[in-house]
Amino acid sequence: MGVLTKALAPPTGELLGMTDVVFFAETIEFHDGDEKNHERLVFTDKYQVNGRKSRKHLHVNADPFRAVWPGGGSAATRGGAVSPLREEGSRRPPSKKNQSGGRGATAGGRGATAGGVVCTVEMMRSKADEEEYWHSSKFKAFTFEDEDEELSRLKESKQAVNSIRQLVEEDDDDDTEKVSWSGEPVGSISWSIKEMAGSNQKIDREPAFPRIPTEPSTLNKSHSGLSLSSLFRGKAKSENFQSFSDAFSDSVRIYAPELRKPKSEYKDYVCDWSPEETVQRLLQGKAVSLEKFRSLQDKLLLLDFAVAAHDGNVITAVLIHLKRSLRKEVLFRELQSRQTALRHFIHYLTESREQKLLLELLRALGRTEDMALLQYKEHLIITDENNKRDFLKSCLSLPFSAEDSTHVQDHYTLLERQIIVEAADRQAERGGKVDIFQKFPRKASILNMPLITTLYYCCFYHYGEPEGTFSSPLNVRRTFKISEKQYFVTALAARAKLKAWSDVDALFTGRNWLGFTRKKSPLSFHRVVDVLQRNSAPTQVLQDYVALIDDAELRISLAQKLKCHDIVISTFRDMKDRQMLVAYRGKVEPGSAPERKIDDLLNNQQIRWKN
Amino acid sequence: MSPLDRIANMSTLKQHDIVKLYKVEYKATVSLSDQLCFLIRPRIQTVKWICDVVNADKAVGRFRRYKIIFTPQRFFACEAVLEEEGVFGDVTTDEWAFYLLPLDDDILSMELPEFFHDNFLAGDQRWLRTVGGALHLLHSVYGPFSKLYGIGSCSQMTYEWWREQVEQGEQGARPAEIGSVFLIDRDVDFVTPLCSQVVYEGLLDDIFRIKCGCVEFGPDVTSSDRSVKVMLNSQDKVFNEIRNEHFSNVFGFLSQKARNLQTAYDKRQGMDIKQMKTFVSEELKGLKQEHRLLSLHIGASESIMKKKTKQDFQELLQREHCLLEGFEIRESISFIEEHINRQISMMESLRMLCLLSITENGLLPKDYRSLKTQYLQSYGFDHLLTFSNLRQLGLLVEQQGAETLTVMESKVGKLVNDKTAGKITDAFSSLARRSHFRALSRKLNLVPKSDEEYDLRVPKDMAYIFSGAYVPLSCRLIEQVLERDGWAGLEDVTRLLNGHEFAVTGGSRAEPNSDAQRLVLVLFLGGCTFSEISALRFLGRAKGYKFIVVTTAVTNSSRLLEALLGNHA
Repeated sequence: MGVLTKALAPPTGELLGMTDVVFFAETIEFHDGDEKNHERLVFTDKYQVNGRKSRKHLHVNADPFRAVWPGGGSAATRGGAVSPLREEGSRRPPSKKNQSGGRGATAGGRGATAGGVVCTVEMMRSKADEEEYWHSSKFKAFTFEDEDEELSRLKESKQAVNSIRQLVEEDDDDDTEKVSWSGEPVGSISWSIKEMAGSNQKIDREPAFPRIPTEPSTLNKSHSGLSLSSLFRGKAKSENFQSFSDAFSDSVRIYAPELRKPKSEYKDYVCDWSPEETVQRLLQGKAVSLEKFRSLQDKLLLLDFAVAAHDGNVITAVLIHLKRSLRKEVLFRELQSRQTALRHFIHYLTESREQKLLLELLRALGRTEDMALLQYKEHLIITDENNKRDFLKSCLSLPFSAEDSTHVQDHYTLLERQIIVEAADRQAERGGKVDIFQKFPRKASILNMPLITTLYYCCFYHYGEPEGTFSSPLNVRRTFKISEKQYFVTALAARAKLKAWSDVDALFTGRNWLGFTRKKSPLSFHRVVDVLQRNSAPTQVLQDYVALIDDAELRISLAQKLKCHDIVISTFRDMKDRQMLVAYRGKVEPGSAPERKIDDLLNNQQIRWKN
Repeated sequence: MSPLDRIANMSTLKQHDIVKLYKVEYKATVSLSDQLCFLIRPRIQTVKWICDVVNADKAVGRFRRYKIIFTPQRFFACEAVLEEEGVFGDVTTDEWAFYLLPLDDDILSMELPEFFHDNFLAGDQRWLRTVGGALHLLHSVYGPFSKLYGIGSCSQMTYEWWREQVEQGEQGARPAEIGSVFLIDRDVDFVTPLCSQVVYEGLLDDIFRIKCGCVEFGPDVTSSDRSVKVMLNSQDKVFNEIRNEHFSNVFGFLSQKARNLQTAYDKRQGMDIKQMKTFVSEELKGLKQEHRLLSLHIGASESIMKKKTKQDFQELLQREHCLLEGFEIRESISFIEEHINRQISMMESLRMLCLLSITENGLLPKDYRSLKTQYLQSYGFDHLLTFSNLRQLGLLVEQQGAETLTVMESKVGKLVNDKTAGKITDAFSSLARRSHFRALSRKLNLVPKSDEEYDLRVPKDMAYIFSGAYVPLSCRLIEQVLERDGWAGLEDVTRLLNGHEFAVTGGSRAEPNSDAQRLVLVLFLGGCTFSEISALRFLGRAKGYKFIVVTTAVTNSSRLLEALLGNHA
């Protein structure tokens, strides 16, 4: 744990032209990530500013120009070390201030536990950004005794600052410098703090040589937008930092739109990218400010350029900006004629689960069916069955298509019924009085199962029940208008599973309401056989149905597979195929009834064999 | 196996001070580390979970450092989430421009299965740049390309994006190592990925699911109590010889191989000590390796046989072929209906429904309604949402019979009495029903005449990958365009495919018959199947091309349809 102090510059215009710049400092508490090595500091996002927690972005910055600002101890009120701060309220480029000052002054560092901190100023010219970075520094105690080293550093820093001045003067139209503070040596932890417009506007009203604000409210306010970040130790590479700061500056811009600037000054700070250039920069993954596109026309230009570039990422980025800065009715209206952008927006809202806005959008677009389906989809996240049922009930009035509306109604009715049946059956199962639940304990609850699974369940556990009960298969069939074939298949499978062969038989013959004759089935008989065989029906049962298969080839092959000898033999007889019959004789057990039957046939003189 | 496993296994990661690896999911982190690094795809949901982790730490005053590495790139929308959740700055971000994972000598996968859903269903173009980036990467390493062909709107956009990149960048003079490039959108051909795969590698993918070129064989294959992970690529000598074979040839090949192996083992009979020593040191290891692979593939084949005979695979294939040929449609419909009624397989039913719809250019309204109702009854009403997705993508639609009647027809309708009008309407709607697939199939000769015997052991065209019943549309297009050096003469076809075709000549022209010139890069946007890769390998052998397949992901019917299921939150 160490203490680092950061100074805040008195942010007045009068500062200009003064040779000595006075800063006031505040104490920042931070964690030291590596206790043994004071060269490396790691910062937390929480630190103390005059006793109150505040947040800052810590920023690592690779910087070509570095100047050491030694502790001067001249006019600083208190705190350990100083750093200059660009005064944003007055919209002065930081470089000018540094020209005027050239060196900072620090307090003696009495207040700080470590006695004082050496701060270095990093001055950095950035191509496009007017963002400034505060850069700090190795944690090294500064003492005035260390004169030699510090003096030489001071010289270095002066040189560095002067060289910057030259650059600035030569290139006056480029007002986008970054000022940041950096520690030494290189490779030690470096960081920067980003200040925003808001933070200085407060200080604006302070006197030229302000006290460190004592009212917590002031400080708190002035730092409310700050945040702190740190990078992983040891992974510091300049390009990482650069990209990071780019991204960072982007976000800060979004948080802190520069609303109060007069147009003329505004131009000094914001690079004037056209919508097209801005999209180009976005495409390259560079940071850009979208805040300055205030007119609807500009916003739409941005969007159209983004769409023309075919990069969904950029289209979405522009849409997020539009969403934040346009009234939704206006946005929806404009999206209506931009289908690609619209799809991106819908996908973005879907992914970020902004259900409400998405529904409003669909309503505005007149896509009522999509709206209904989207609302219906919500039921998937409801786990409690009663809540789900109530939710489904509320869905019934949604503007589904006529067809889907029936399905949703069925969904609701089904769940309602499942809840009732489940409650009754669970009780019956616990009671231990109902035979079927004892013999075939239920493997799972019937809740949320598909309709046909429910029908199967009812055919399995509630087959004989009168049509009046909720769990009666006949009732289920009628309520949901299940097709004859579907009902038949399900009942067949369920009764076969229970090996209730008489019920199976009755499905084909007995029940008048089905109107089946013995030889009729809504399902082809080889499928019937398949169902029965999967439920391990005995050969006696199987052969009745195999015999009913119309196609002789299919009948023989199934009969052979299932060892229904009688059927094979009589089919061959009907086909007058003596050779096949002879061949089949070899496949049946010697001395068995089928063999005798074959022999009888072969000896029968009345049959006119075809071969 | 995940892409990360292919690049850096746990021991490599450990060498770089990674203590433990967790899957990013919706739950509190248990890790005690002070530094957390998230390697994720740029998905909003995942970023939200990470924000929850950070905010939970903050709430208990715990300090950690967080880094998110987005791969292949970071999205603004994800950063916006970090910002909105108040953790921007607490979490640092980075990008890992991971574009291509070589699955084999001739397969490069971008491992982006979400491309299909995001691009075709949601209409979000976020991955186009990624595909363009991959193309650009290949171009800068192996380019310049002499020819680029493509079809589909995504292909076109990707091409344009790439072209701009090339124009902006510098072009060094390099020897061209790739001749032509063919870009194709998955939605140009949905029929092929929806067909059952019967080539060995495709079958393995359908049944065991190959992930990142690796398959996990369960105990039923290994005939032990352990599962085994096997890399499937050309390094596996046994696999390499059967991967492109029709399944009916695989058993014969494997048993021949087994006999050869036995002979090789038997050589040691009657060897003296010295010979034995050489045998052990030189041959035995190879034989043992081969033995192991052989027994795995025999086990896999047996397991495939068992699974396929259980579900009447033969009949299923037959119905599929009928759909492709356009015969016995009513029988196929009742087959699908029975499939649904018996609740056999949710995915298979859906696959057959889609195949029916695409090949018939939509279902008759009454069939559509009845099949949809039965499907919902059998597999759950929540599939309403699945049907909505499928309709949106055009995979399962109702024919627009009544609305699209021609003017002439309505005139005729006025002239004659109602009954006749009804008949005429039927005639017209059956005319309108003549689908694009049918027309395409005729024009491109996709369905070989069924009366000829097709010898699967000596395939004569790409149709062998579907038992001689169908030449994959995607591969046929590639074949035709390469043959014609462009789209000339295929105007009818491209019109039916919704256009967006292009053919451009690049700057460099290598000698026409150089090896590089015969090397064709085929880029599938939205995934390709192993069957298609097998077909292209066949085409390459037949026509003297060398194909390299680049795909957003290897897909199959299940993956394709799973991306469209709507019954999950």
